[in-house]
Amino acid sequence: MMLNMNTAINNALDTVMREDKNAIILGEDVGKDGGVFRVTDGLLAKYGSDRVIDTPLSEAGIIGTAIGMALGGLHPIAEIQFAGFMYLAFDQLVSHAARYRSRSRSTWTVPMVVRTPVSGGVKTLEHHAESPEVYYAHSGGLLIVEPSNPYDAKGLMIKAMHMEDPVLFLEPTKLYRLFRQEVPDGAYEVPIGKANTLRHGNNLTIITYGTMVPIVTSVVEKKGIDAEIIDLRTINPLDEKSILDSAEKTGRVVIVHEAPVSFGVGAEIAARVAEKAMFKLNAPIIRVASPSIPYPFPSYEQFYLPNAIKISQAIDEAMSS
Amino acid sequence: MIKKVYDGHIDYLQIMDENGEIDSEQMPPYLDDGKISEMYRWMSLTRAADTKAISLQRQGRAVTYGPSAGEEATQVGSAMALSPKDILVPNFRQHGSYFVRGLSLYDYFLYWKGYEDGMTAVKKINATPYIVPVATQLLHAVGLAFAQKYKNTGANVLTYVGDGGTSEGNFYEALNFAGVMKLPVVFVIENNQWAISTPRNRQSAATTLAQKAMAAGIAGVQVDGNDPLAVYKATRDALVNLKSAPTLIECVTYRMSFHTTSDDPTKYRQDAEVEEWSKKDPIKRVRAYLERRKLWNDSKQAEMDDQQSKLINDSVDKAEKFRPDPKSIFEHLYSFMPQILKEEEDAALGANFWQQGGQT
Ligand SMILES: Cc1ncc(C[n+]2csc(CCOP(=O)(O)OP(=O)(O)O)c2C)c(N)n1
Ligand SMILES: [Mg+2]
Repeated sequence: MMLNMNTAINNALDTVMREDKNAIILGEDVGKDGGVFRVTDGLLAKYGSDRVIDTPLSEAGIIGTAIGMALGGLHPIAEIQFAGFMYLAFDQLVSHAARYRSRSRSTWTVPMVVRTPVSGGVKTLEHHAESPEVYYAHSGGLLIVEPSNPYDAKGLMIKAMHMEDPVLFLEPTKLYRLFRQEVPDGAYEVPIGKANTLRHGNNLTIITYGTMVPIVTSVVEKKGIDAEIIDLRTINPLDEKSILDSAEKTGRVVIVHEAPVSFGVGAEIAARVAEKAMFKLNAPIIRVASPSIPYPFPSYEQFYLPNAIKISQAIDEAMSS
Repeated sequence: MIKKVYDGHIDYLQIMDENGEIDSEQMPPYLDDGKISEMYRWMSLTRAADTKAISLQRQGRAVTYGPSAGEEATQVGSAMALSPKDILVPNFRQHGSYFVRGLSLYDYFLYWKGYEDGMTAVKKINATPYIVPVATQLLHAVGLAFAQKYKNTGANVLTYVGDGGTSEGNFYEALNFAGVMKLPVVFVIENNQWAISTPRNRQSAATTLAQKAMAAGIAGVQVDGNDPLAVYKATRDALVNLKSAPTLIECVTYRMSFHTTSDDPTKYRQDAEVEEWSKKDPIKRVRAYLERRKLWNDSKQAEMDDQQSKLINDSVDKAEKFRPDPKSIFEHLYSFMPQILKEEEDAALGANFWQQGGQT
């Protein structure tokens, strides 16, 4: 089937709801409305209101209840309408979803998926465009994935539902309907913890994920350079091996993400490359990311987001040493 | 032993019914025809600005917008009861409250065209900026009320939350703090029956939302939120009563429009419901009253419509001439400019893409 990321996730949810009677979808407006982005469209009609639940408006309520459902042997799929509102459930995520296993020495586990739209570039109001992945990665315990294409989105969702862990499933809104791709009808898994080398090359490694993947790919194609592009797909745990192998091969590393530059995923990757592969490098590591300020209001976002020009300049800079 | 340790009830107040008829027993003397005409003008302006904002959004000239159509009596009636030194703490839909307070149409349109610069003016009118995360500002209202009490300013605080927002933990925490600390804050629930696609009965099993006041030990009342007189009186009473307890006012109103310009209500609600509620439209009923009192007619209406639409169009024109300063997104973050942020700003300003208007 040709699906966009939106319909691919919908199809993945349908697949896991069919295969696992304990899968329960809950969130704000996920029922009749099918979610504000229509990702859960049609699932209420198919699986009924015991399994597709419109909750009261409370993020802490949604995540806290999902944790309890998971403790009770279910496998909830919670939706937070926008990542910018997930901070209201921060305690439930980092202090509880991430901690029950260690707190009980693996006797209580929290198998669940938390889906939320992330990132901007689509001219929205405040708190509809954040890229907050690193807040949830910092202290461990939550698997964090972020697909950049329909195929990975479906496979990662199915894999997430086969894990015994809490998985944060980040969906870049800008990519929901950006393009379509051939996606298999049946169930298949895309591994968690394994990056995807989108393009092989010898002179430069570009590590990216989410909204930046299509931009990086098109810049590299236009410039006709011999670059390797790594789409992380999983943010936690980081696929350090793929990163280091590529960095050692090419000797040049550019990291591109939409989230702010300071204390970000790029900082983590740069530190690991510096610690473990510094003497194989020919050039300083470069990060291209948003500035260290809150996501601005829509009419300013073009001044904020990394774009093709900034990425291209960073590539030129890396290639010049 | 068993004995009753608590007993409570919730009153419902309506002064002007949907036909514009007045319940004279409930009618307070300060609600004279001058005041009612003023309500009518503010509600009409709010509706006209709302209509314009939607049409701008539809033409790609404004960002996602949450209309206030149908809810004008709740917003205007409550805000009109404030005195100038009182502080208004809205959420994201209270356009009418802002107008009454003195937010200019220019600033309103500037904001909804996607510039936070439109919120530069709100401090001067004793209001806080639009805030999108639902119900999160209620505790700020509580803290502001604490500051008024501590500094003995005599000012009170008025804040709003939707029916959906009453499900957030922040809502209960705010009522509870206000009750324990006996703070001068009035909470208005703008119960428009819907939180996007989620109906009121999916937010709470409670018969009224007003009764949530009881658990916090504060006063609670329910009013016809499409009756600006009832809203005004309830808010005024609450402000007078603040010395003894904060108040929660549930205004029962209706979201006549979509949730925002991104929403399609045909997916989840029946047209018949909207039609039913349109009979209770707050603007219609006040007009019926004014016409019966011979204070209003078609020519006055046409004159007001012209004035308001000129004001609106002039404000939109002015807002469209606004040119953003990209530096402003860096320079309003701290009281000083940290060196490393300055470097980010310089790098951004120096990069090619700034000269190209930042287009990707
Ligand atoms: C904390 C939070 N969660 C979710 C949202 C997304 N959202 C915006 S408005 C809304 C519904 C709000 O309903 P209600 O409180 O009844 O206010 P209304 O929109 O009806 O004015 C939702 C879910 C948000 N803005 N903030
Ligand atoms: Mg509502």
